[in-house]
This record gives sequence, C-alpha cells and structure tokens, in this order.
Amino acid sequence: MYDAGKVILGIVVFLALVTFPLWYNLAGDASVAAPDLEKAEGTQCVEDAEWMRGHHMDLLDDWRDEVVRDGERYFVGPDGQRMEKSLSNTCLSCHVNKDKFCDRCHNYMSVDPYCWDCHVIPKEVM
Amino acid sequence: MNLFFSLVVIAVLIVLPWVLVGAAGLDYLFGVIVPYVALAVFVVGLIMRVLQWARLPVPFRIPTTCGQQKSLPWIKPSKLESPYSTWGVIGRMLLEVLFFRSLFRNTRSELRDGARLTYFADKWLWAGGLAFHWTFLIVVARHFRFFLEPVPWCVSVMEGLDSFFQVGLPIIYLTDVIIIAALTYLFFRRVVNPRLRYISLAGDYFPLLLLLGIAVSGVWMRYFDKTDVVGIKELTMGLVTLSPVVPEGISALFFVHLFLVSALLIYFPFSKLVHAGGVFFSPTRNLANNNRVKRHINPWDYPVKVHTYEEYEDEFRDVMKAAEMPLEKE
Amino acid sequence: MAEDVKKPEELIQIDYGPPKRSWMDPTVKFERGSYNYAAVKENQEYLSLPYPRKWQPYEDDWQLPDGWEEIIFKGFKERLEKYRSLRIFMDICVRCGACADKCHFFIGSGDPKNMPVLRAELLRSVYRNDFTTAGKVLGKFAGGRKLTVGVLKEWFYYFYQCTECRRCSVFCPYGIDTAEITMMARELMNLIGISIEWIGTPVANCFRTGNHLGIQPHGFKDSIDFAVDELEELTGVRVEAPINKKGAEILFVAPSADYFASPHYYTLLGYLQLFHEIGLDYTWSSYASEGGNFGLFHSAEMMKRLNSKIYMEAKRLGVKWIIGGECGHMWRVVHQYMDTLNGPADFLEEPVSPFTGTRFENTRATKMVHISEFTADLIHHNKLKLDPSRNDHWRVTYHDSCNPVRAMGLLEEPRYVINSVCNNFHEMPENTIREQTFCCGSGAGLGTDENFEMRMRGGLPRANAVQYVHDTHDVNILLCMCAIDKATLPPLLEYWVPGVEVGGVHEMVGNALIMKGQHDRPTDLRGIPYKQDGREGDDNV
Repeated sequence: MYDAGKVILGIVVFLALVTFPLWYNLAGDASVAAPDLEKAEGTQCVEDAEWMRGHHMDLLDDWRDEVVRDGERYFVGPDGQRMEKSLSNTCLSCHVNKDKFCDRCHNYMSVDPYCWDCHVIPKEVM
Repeated sequence: MNLFFSLVVIAVLIVLPWVLVGAAGLDYLFGVIVPYVALAVFVVGLIMRVLQWARLPVPFRIPTTCGQQKSLPWIKPSKLESPYSTWGVIGRMLLEVLFFRSLFRNTRSELRDGARLTYFADKWLWAGGLAFHWTFLIVVARHFRFFLEPVPWCVSVMEGLDSFFQVGLPIIYLTDVIIIAALTYLFFRRVVNPRLRYISLAGDYFPLLLLLGIAVSGVWMRYFDKTDVVGIKELTMGLVTLSPVVPEGISALFFVHLFLVSALLIYFPFSKLVHAGGVFFSPTRNLANNNRVKRHINPWDYPVKVHTYEEYEDEFRDVMKAAEMPLEKE
Repeated sequence: MAEDVKKPEELIQIDYGPPKRSWMDPTVKFERGSYNYAAVKENQEYLSLPYPRKWQPYEDDWQLPDGWEEIIFKGFKERLEKYRSLRIFMDICVRCGACADKCHFFIGSGDPKNMPVLRAELLRSVYRNDFTTAGKVLGKFAGGRKLTVGVLKEWFYYFYQCTECRRCSVFCPYGIDTAEITMMARELMNLIGISIEWIGTPVANCFRTGNHLGIQPHGFKDSIDFAVDELEELTGVRVEAPINKKGAEILFVAPSADYFASPHYYTLLGYLQLFHEIGLDYTWSSYASEGGNFGLFHSAEMMKRLNSKIYMEAKRLGVKWIIGGECGHMWRVVHQYMDTLNGPADFLEEPVSPFTGTRFENTRATKMVHISEFTADLIHHNKLKLDPSRNDHWRVTYHDSCNPVRAMGLLEEPRYVINSVCNNFHEMPENTIREQTFCCGSGAGLGTDENFEMRMRGGLPRANAVQYVHDTHDVNILLCMCAIDKATLPPLLEYWVPGVEVGGVHEMVGNALIMKGQHDRPTDLRGIPYKQDGREGDDNV
C-alpha cells in the first residue's frame, strides 16, 4: 500500500464517524429507551393518544390562531363538555407535570418548542 | 432511456417498502435487517474501494499547476494553486473539498456574432453543487438527534441555527428547502440541457432521484404526514446500540425513507458516488509541485532499451570525424 | 496545406447541438483533414514495437492481430494496476459537464466526443464493461460497452484528437486529467501496433540520431555553424557554439526545431547571442540534440527511452548542470518525469548561475534549469545590456504553452523577460492565458498536414484570442516558448488571423541585447530594419 499512513488515518476517521453513535451511547449512562411519560390525571384526552403523538403541535397551533386571531376561546370536548382552548389551563390540568410529560419527550427528541417563551408555567406543574 | 430506467428503479424502491410494510407487515425486515445490511455494505464496500486505490502506485508526480511555480526568490509563487509544500497541498485539497475551488473557475463559452468566442463566468453548477453537498452534510449531522441520547449541545445548536427564521410548525429547516432546491436544479439541469442529457447515464440520474426521494420523504414526514417521532427514535436508538426493536405505530412512510437511505448506502461504494473518497486520491491535486526539487520514485520502474552514446558514435563515427567533431574512439 | 481545405467562413459554422443517436453507438468517419496517418512499418520495426504493418485508418480492415481484444484487456488491466491516476479517473467522474466546453477541439468542432468527459467515457465505458461489477451485471444500463472494432476506431480517432494540454483538468472538480487518459489509451493501442506516423517517425529518428528530423551529427554541426555565420553577419560578432565539448560547465538542450525550422531559428540566434555575451561555458550535444520528446505522446516507456540521452550525455561530457531551451512538452518531461525516469542526477551539481550566484533551488534534484528562469535571473541582476526599443516594431502578445503552465507553473519568468525586452506587450483575454491558456491545437503529435482541418478547429480559441489583441492593440507578433507552437501557430494564424507573426521569447532577447563589439546592426534577427516608421517589414527573411 502507498501513502499507508494517510489512508489508514482516513479510514480510522471514517470508522470513528460511522460508529460514533454506538460509542457515545454506550459511554453515556442515560437510558436509551424512550422516556416513560407520567400518566395523566384525567380519563380522556381531547383527541386520541396516537393522533396526539404526531399532531399535538398542530392542535396547539390551531388553538393559538383561533383564540388570538378569532377570539374563539372555547371548544366542545370529546364528552360534550365546554372546554377552554388553553395549554396552561386545559392540557396541563391533566398532564400536571410539565417536566415529566412535555419535557421528557422534547428533550429526548431535542425539540425546543417556543411555547414557554411567552406562556407562564403554572406553579403547580412546575 | 437512461432517465426512464432510473425512474422505474426509484419507483420500485418506493413501492416495495410501502407495500411490504404496510400490507405484509415486514417491518422488522425493513426496519432492522435492511438497514444493518446496507450499513455493512457501505462501510465495507467503501473501505475496500479505498484500499484498492491505496494499493495502486503513483508512478509519476503529475500535479496540474494552476499558478506560478516556486522558482526565483523574487517571483511570488502561488502557494495554493501550485503548491510546493505539504501545507500548500493540504490547503489546495481543503479548498477543493470544502469549496469546490476548481468548479468555481467554471466558464461557459459561446460563439458570438458568428466568429467571436466569448467566455462567461458560470457559477450555477458550483453554487448548486456546493449547496447540495453542504446541506446534505448538515442534514446528516442533524439526524444525529435520532442516534444519540442525550442529544449533544452541538446538534441542538445546529438545529437552532437551521430553524433560525421560525417559520411554520414544526419550524422549517432552511437546509430542507435548500437541499431540495439544489437537487431539483441538478436534476433538471441534466434533463433540460441537451449536452448534459447526451452524456448522462442511468448512473447519473439515479443518485439524484434517490437523494430527492430521501429528502422529499423526510420532509413529508416532518411537515405533512407527521408520525410518532419518539417511536422512530426508539427504533434508531435500538439500531445504533445493537439492540434493535421495532415499536408499533410507525408509519409506512418512515420505512420508505429508511429504505431509500439504505439503497443509497448500498449503491454508494459501487457507483460514481465514490468521488467522495476518490477526490483525495487525485494525483493532479494531491501532489506538490516540487518535481525538480525532490525526486519522485516510480516503484515499478524497469530498465528500457536505450540508444547509448557508444552505439551512436559507432554508427556515425565517419561523418563525425569528417566534420571534425570530438570522438570517444578514433 | 491541402487544396481542398475549407475556408474559415465555412469552418466557423459550428453546431454544438448533440446528435440524436446515443454516444454509445460507435460512429467514426475518417474524413480528410481530421485524422493522422498510421505509423510507418519500418519505424515501428526499428523501435521493436509490436505488430508492425502497413495500414491506414481510412481502410476498413486494420489488419488487427489475432486476439487483439485480449491484448488490450490485459494491457488495460496492467495499467489499472500500475497507475492510480487511471483507476481513480475511471472511477470518480460524475459527468457534471464542467469540462465540456473547456476543450479547444470541442469548441472548434462541436463534436460531442471531443468533450473531455465523453473522450474519457470512450475508455471508461470499456472499463465498466470489463472491470466493474455493475458493468458486468447490468451492461449497457451501467454505461458499459464491449470493445469492438468500432469502439477501437473511435479510440484512435478521438485519442488522436486530444493534445494532452490538461486544460480540462484545471476545471475538473476532481482534477481528472484527460492527458493521462489519452496517454493510457494510446499505450493500449500501441500494444496492437496502432500509432500515428507523426509520432512514430520523430520517435524513431530521435532514438537513432538524437533528434526528431533524423539530422545526423555533421548536419547538426552544419546547422549550428550556419547560425553562427549568420549571426556574425547580423551583428558583427563572432560567437562560439561548442558541440560535444567535454568539461563544459553547462549542457544546453533545445528542441531540434530551433536549428532547422522557422521561426524557431531566430530563437536559436537569440540563445547564441545571449550565451556569448555573458560568456557562458557551455556545450551543445549532437547525441542529445533534442529536448522535445515525442515519446511522451507514445508511451511512458518510449518517453524514458528517449529522455535517457540527456542525463547520459551530461554524465559523459562531465558538465555540472543543464539548461533547457524553449519547448513545451519537453518541459513537461523534464519537470515532471525526467528525474523519476532516468534519475537520480547525483553526478551533477546543484545549478548555480555563474554570473549572479543565484542557486536555482527549485531544480536541486533534477539539475535542469529553464532558459527563461536563467535569463530572468540575469536580467533581474542587471547582467545584460538591453535596449527594448529595438523591438518597438513588434507589438507583442504571449501565448502560454500548455505544458510549461499546467505541468510546471512557468508563468512570470517569461513575462518578466518579455517586459524587459519589449515595450509593447499586451495580454490576451484572461480566460485564454496562464492556467486557462488554450492549446495551439496541434500538440501531442497532431501537427500534421493531413490533420489540417482539425488543427484549425482546435486552434480556433487561441486564434480568436489573438484576433482580439490584433484588433484592439494592433498586436503583430505572438510570442511563445514551445517548438510545436512555433511550427503550428504560423499556419493557424495565417488561416484565422492573417498579419500576425509568431516568434520566440529569446528572439526578442536577441534583438534587444546590446553586444560588445557589435556593428550598428541595422536589422533585427529576421532582417527587418530597425527604427522604421510604421510597421513595415512583414516580409520575413
């Protein structure tokens, strides 16, 4: 082999990059499995859980637009109950611990939503 | 025909996981086995290719010099375009690999008014190529949020910068827009320009379409048909920690995305895509222009039949003598 | 020049649109004016080359040896294992098309297979078919082609339509060098006895007599002596021009055209004046009387066989170091190959100018200095008495020759010399000079009469740039430092830009050089009277 030093160095760098996730995760002590979410206090969410997993940000986005732009503050919930379109007052009333619900997933996925740039986190869920 | 062939192959590659995961439930095959095989083929294939190149000798030092040589002390040499030291070569290679220096020179020639050749700077290919390669790198790096736990700060910072304008929800990544635009440009350039269409092989359309397929399926998943991204991270984390799991509820679209990526990895070492490694081996770029300073050895050099002075004088001694030229033997 | 040559107005009608048929179907027509005659049997035999025979490219039957496909396959395999460059260049092209309109032959002909990318694909398609898994499995879909007689004819046609100028390699993002690919293709064709006359004959001559034209030692001496006599008439100074002198300090090697062709000859006069004036202790050699090396256009082995003479002769004569004259491809060989092929030159000394004390450190190993490096150093140290106004009848521009630029980086030395000896120097447009210089269109063994039309096509970009400075600055001479240029640019300019002469840099040095004991020198080296009003004297000697 010619230029062996440079070639081997290149291959080592390449292998290090490709296998980096393996070493990194083995070295880290954090669990690599998906986080456990705290059970909600209520019995029924405003939509079904599977849909919410992918689309909760859409729901919140729609709520914000409807409330802020159109002044429509209320909606009829799944059990016919009138409910407020409010992250702090509605969502967090069941999911009482933001840290153990919202943040766990968001941190796991490295998502940094800007909800809390404006919204005040209610004391009881902090 | 080359284009048609590529389109058909791409269509198959999309339909296959869609049907087999969606209808036949082969999600372990497409979620675990295929990606592992693809990664193995990619890593082993690329290393084999590199070793194959490395095995080959470089008999002559043949840099293409694009600037002034280092000669007399009062003439300013061009350190990067005609490098004479290792650092110069490293600089030249970095310019080439990171900024596509040579492609930046690109011009377009036109015959004007019937007889006047005119040259225009033409940076489109350079811009499109550079845009694609850089955004591809960033997109790949961003994906490390699926492979690392906890996600390191640098990945988060990169995501933050990439979503700088905070448009849309989820926030649109600039690189997603640029990579699709760049790939579309590179693809249509091949299709529309008759000269390029003429030289293009299936192996030229196919990787562009494949990359477009990967980018579009990824974008589709993120912005339109959202899926359970936590489930996906469970799968990807399982893969990279060698304890594969396939959680329920991941959409077929994800498997299409993953399968196209696997196809790219498998295709890579056997195609022109190896230019990624090959460019480092290019003897017209990676050698210093110090030919007359330092002797370059050809490892397979062999003696050849030469015409010696003695043979020459033997043949021409009479005429040389008549012309009173000096001789070795009278 | 053949009588049935197309007129410039016809030739400039160039269609750049690609044909409908796929390039993978080989189609070659050997039309007069665009190919070279086959190598002569006797010369092939003299050089012990395989399968010598009488044949011509326009004939249907090339009398290929039995099993020629196998010979090429083996030769290809061998070269893929000997040259990393070849393998890399076969593997990594992405067909981005950046090289397409960088080739002077494509610009001048519009033939898509003159795009460097397709020229390389002619070889690459066979590579894919024979040496890659994808090609073996997918064949045509992977861009593979079987080597057929049709493909071979294409190779011959297009690889002898490349002047190995390396311009495409400047623009290629991976530095793919078509010169390298062309060299390999020509080597492969050599294996089955396919080469061209204008390479085979000079090579055979050079091997035997030491120079391309086959001039024997006494003829060489006559030429030099004649130049000495003529120089005495022109200047009144009798110069020394030693030949085969043992113990001289320096061996001087120039391309042979300098002493037998015009306008090279005026450059020779310039060298003789210069060496005399500074009192250089040097010698010519009749054995190594050729700096040029058509072996470069033939095969690495042939290049080595011819190049060996320079060091062998330097050793025999016991010189300290070597100066090389104005030549293009010669300098590619000297700069990039000589030391590797025939070194180490450990019997020579590191070149030091005896007049300025400058150590030519850039030639520490090879020990051969380019004449323009040598002269620029002299001028820089005020060792020459120069009167640039003696070149005022010339309005000059400078043609960078491909190899000294793109395989050496010789840019400023000649410009410094020109600016020191000429008052009217105008550069051609920037996309046509320095590393982007355009070839004369006749390099790498293609400068034949039978190939005239293709040469005019290939030279179009260069001629067009000359036209520009001719129109805007009234330029009347194109200077260059290459023997092939000096031979082939005059007919090119006569064809496209009548009224512009071709000359050498050291011709201008000779004109401007004030010599001790000279008479009043009423004319320049061409016999054109100095200090005339206007620019009379287009009629050369």
